[in-house]
Amino acid sequence: MADVLAQGDRERAPHPLALVPKTEVKQTAKDFKSDQEVRWCPGCGDYAVLAAVQGFMPELGLARENIVFVSGIGCSSRFPYYLSTYGMHSIHGRAPAIATGLAAARSDLSVWVVTGDGDALSIGGNHLIHALRRNVNLKILLFNNRIYGLTKGQYSPTSEPGKLTKSSPMGSLDAPFNPVSLAIGAEASFVARTVDSDRKHLTEVLRAAADHPGTALVEIYQNCNIFNDGAFEVLKDREQAQEAVIRLQHGEPIRFGLPAEDGLGSKGVVRDPASGELEVVDVAEHGTDGILVHDAHAQSPTLAFALSRIADPDTLHQTPIGVLRDVRRPVYETLMTEQLETAVHKNGKGDLGSLLHGNDTWTVAG
Amino acid sequence: MTQQVSQESAKEVRRLDRVIIRFAGDSGDGMQLTGDRFTSETATFGNDLSTLPNFPAEIRAPAGTLPGVSSFQLHFADHDILTPGDAPNVLVAMNPAALRANIDDLPKGAEIIVNTDEFAKRAMAKVGYATSPLEDGSLDGYRVHPVPLTTLTVEALKEYDLGRKEAARSKNMFALGLLSWMYNRPVEGTERFLRTKFAKKPQIAEANVAAFRAGWNFGETTEDFAVSYEVAPATKAFPTGTYRNISGNLALSYGLVAASQQADLPLFLGSYPITPASDILHELSRHKNFGVRTFQAEDEIAGIGAALGAAFGGALGVTTTSGPGVALKSETIGLAVSLELPLLIVDIQRGGPSTGLPTKTEQADLLQAMYGRNGEAPVPIVAPSTPGDCFDAALEATRIALTYRTPVFLLSDGYLANGSEPWRIPEVEELPDLRTQFATGPNHTLEDGTEAFWPYKRDPQTLARPWAVPGTPGLEHRIGGIEKQDGTGNISYDPANHEHMVRTRQAKIDGIEVPDLAVDDPEGPDGAGARVLVIGWGSTYGPITAAVRRVRRAGGQVAQAHLRHLNPFPANLGEVLRGYDRVVVPEMNLGQLSTLLRARFLVDAQPHTQVNGMPFKAEQLAHVLKEAIDHG
Repeated sequence: MADVLAQGDRERAPHPLALVPKTEVKQTAKDFKSDQEVRWCPGCGDYAVLAAVQGFMPELGLARENIVFVSGIGCSSRFPYYLSTYGMHSIHGRAPAIATGLAAARSDLSVWVVTGDGDALSIGGNHLIHALRRNVNLKILLFNNRIYGLTKGQYSPTSEPGKLTKSSPMGSLDAPFNPVSLAIGAEASFVARTVDSDRKHLTEVLRAAADHPGTALVEIYQNCNIFNDGAFEVLKDREQAQEAVIRLQHGEPIRFGLPAEDGLGSKGVVRDPASGELEVVDVAEHGTDGILVHDAHAQSPTLAFALSRIADPDTLHQTPIGVLRDVRRPVYETLMTEQLETAVHKNGKGDLGSLLHGNDTWTVAG
Repeated sequence: MTQQVSQESAKEVRRLDRVIIRFAGDSGDGMQLTGDRFTSETATFGNDLSTLPNFPAEIRAPAGTLPGVSSFQLHFADHDILTPGDAPNVLVAMNPAALRANIDDLPKGAEIIVNTDEFAKRAMAKVGYATSPLEDGSLDGYRVHPVPLTTLTVEALKEYDLGRKEAARSKNMFALGLLSWMYNRPVEGTERFLRTKFAKKPQIAEANVAAFRAGWNFGETTEDFAVSYEVAPATKAFPTGTYRNISGNLALSYGLVAASQQADLPLFLGSYPITPASDILHELSRHKNFGVRTFQAEDEIAGIGAALGAAFGGALGVTTTSGPGVALKSETIGLAVSLELPLLIVDIQRGGPSTGLPTKTEQADLLQAMYGRNGEAPVPIVAPSTPGDCFDAALEATRIALTYRTPVFLLSDGYLANGSEPWRIPEVEELPDLRTQFATGPNHTLEDGTEAFWPYKRDPQTLARPWAVPGTPGLEHRIGGIEKQDGTGNISYDPANHEHMVRTRQAKIDGIEVPDLAVDDPEGPDGAGARVLVIGWGSTYGPITAAVRRVRRAGGQVAQAHLRHLNPFPANLGEVLRGYDRVVVPEMNLGQLSTLLRARFLVDAQPHTQVNGMPFKAEQLAHVLKEAIDHG
């Protein structure tokens, strides 16, 4: 696939906020807080994400009335109630479908979807993958806590196999989804992963998502301190995280682990020339030649997909976070609007009288 | 008319007041197209008409089999008619299967035109003819015209350098030409149609035109066809105006475009293909220059979800489907009830349950539309009565949706969808003004004197809540499917509030203004009205009205009423029902409307039901009515 988009396709992937009215008033996080009492469990990771989003929204400088948050069902789906934008708390799994209609009808809105692992990947899996392949202008925040919280602790489609829960007293039999792999397989043009407790990283990823034309999927590892506490502890604990987390930066070598002499991580990711698989090597032994440089803009999803598989599913060691994939392709509603304009250009603006008349008529005189 | 076919005929021309023709053949024989063309010719000629396409769900069912037979029935007349007719006067049978599948519907004396080329032993054996029905006397009493349609068509096209198989495909046009001669139909429209349809394949276009003309000439010259017929235009049947022929699905599509224009709201259709509703998706996707956005969703749920999302954004949101699709959409319809946003759910009913009979008609989704959701979730229901009426019903459903901020069901069915009739084209100026007001500012003063916007503060008259669309500054609000506090719209689990909200949502639907039910009850010779009322809804209007006319012609007295609004019912309905000794309710289900009438009004409404995938026949209904009168 060509690295460079044809000129026409570039125009069909305009900046996602190009048509959204801006505000002239300076906004702060407070402007995005609604008057509703937040009702998540004390200590829930959702609080951190809410604070990060409220803190980030002013940065976009958008007219607040042109922002809409749509959610499904689940703990995280209460999110819209706590923001002072327009919002809809819809039904289980359907937020991407509802948001698709809204975004397709209104290019002047910034539309965000808030969903969870059960909402997006189980009951709403179909809508998620189709939104991604269409490349509708939606920013999807997928709160993944690897458990069902609101229904009180059943295993979710991202729970590890063998998980002991109320509905799986002898261990869950399900193989889990990897949301990032799934999104890349569903032709997503933007896929990122971040962690609830890392406000700075979360904000960076939100910024990149907001800048992306088309559907952006952001998987947020979020702690459920009631039913799955510590699920991502290995990625949060300062010491363990150095070995466990691979921070991806576009254009930078993929290095992690304790700092080596050059100040970058002592471990690096290379591609095995024989098998094509990714491998983690010790930079001191291997040298810096052949260490992969992260290219989020690569049209081919191959490397992003391989990176999405590099983490150990049991220990979460070597978990990449950051923007895995960010490529341009035509945006659904831009294409839709273009067709409407082409139709007017070709056939003139619709005239109801002549439509109703058609071509084969006869007249009955009095 | 062209040179070739315009020679003065010496043959006898007989006048008829009406004719019922049925074209029947394999599902690949082009019978629907043939019927459509004959219908267009007939419409242009000015007859009143009504059509009944009938085809299998398979695209190309196994050739020559009974399940593979596709047919098209057309009733046309010099006067006002209401149904596609009970029994054909003429059957065109393109093969043994078509003959076998349709012969039982033919009264003795009917004409049968058969394609003898297809009556080979094997083809006949395939449908159970041990001997040829053309020779064994089983068609005695019918007027049979044996015509080697395939051979004649291939012969007529030998100049066209087509293979035999390809040439033979034009045999439907030969048959159409022959029938067009028999009934003195105008032919220019068909020739123009063929040249447009095959514009990219001029040779095929000309071959079809040649086959069509050859069929005409065959009628003109062959002795077997001694008589042609004339059915005069139905000049007195129609009020003054300009007319076109229209099918229910086309009228419904136009109704939606018109509603969007009259409401000054962009139309957004979210839909998933399903028979027999897909034609609306196809049609609307052609009218993007009206600002119509069509979204072919990944499934039924996404179709209505997207439409609801667009409605939140201020569009006229529509989803189109059939019964199984409604089942999938139920949860989202409930959400729309809770959100109180305008939304149209168009259900083109078909035979059920489950996948049922995709291409056949039924009215068995009434109770699904009425009650098929969790919780108390009332939804208004509007049902068109004829193909052309689908246009007006779409406007009426839109009026209710926009005025009362509610999802509305539009219940059409397969018979209306595919059937067609002459339609008086309305002037745009006659159409209702459907413009509505979005909320523009605060609507509530808090105790401390500050101005606020309350998304669930209602219009005292209609009980509708304000429609505040994103992009409106100061009206930012959150809505959802969890029970809301009256007024503010905030989440509320308060028992008294829930009680209030459930009753208020019901009261809003119950309070929708709908016109009183009109009853047609002409005085009898003794100056009294009828004792029997027949009441129906939806597509049974044609057969019921035809039956009522028969009964009255025979001296019987019966009153007739037809419901367009099924929820809420017209305010005078109870009074109407109680005014008669007997109430008969013909329905293409097992008695769903009669169940509602009995429950609501405690009247002994008697269902008369049929679920064979076909519309009622007027004669049978007339018999039912007569029984009710005689034993009343």
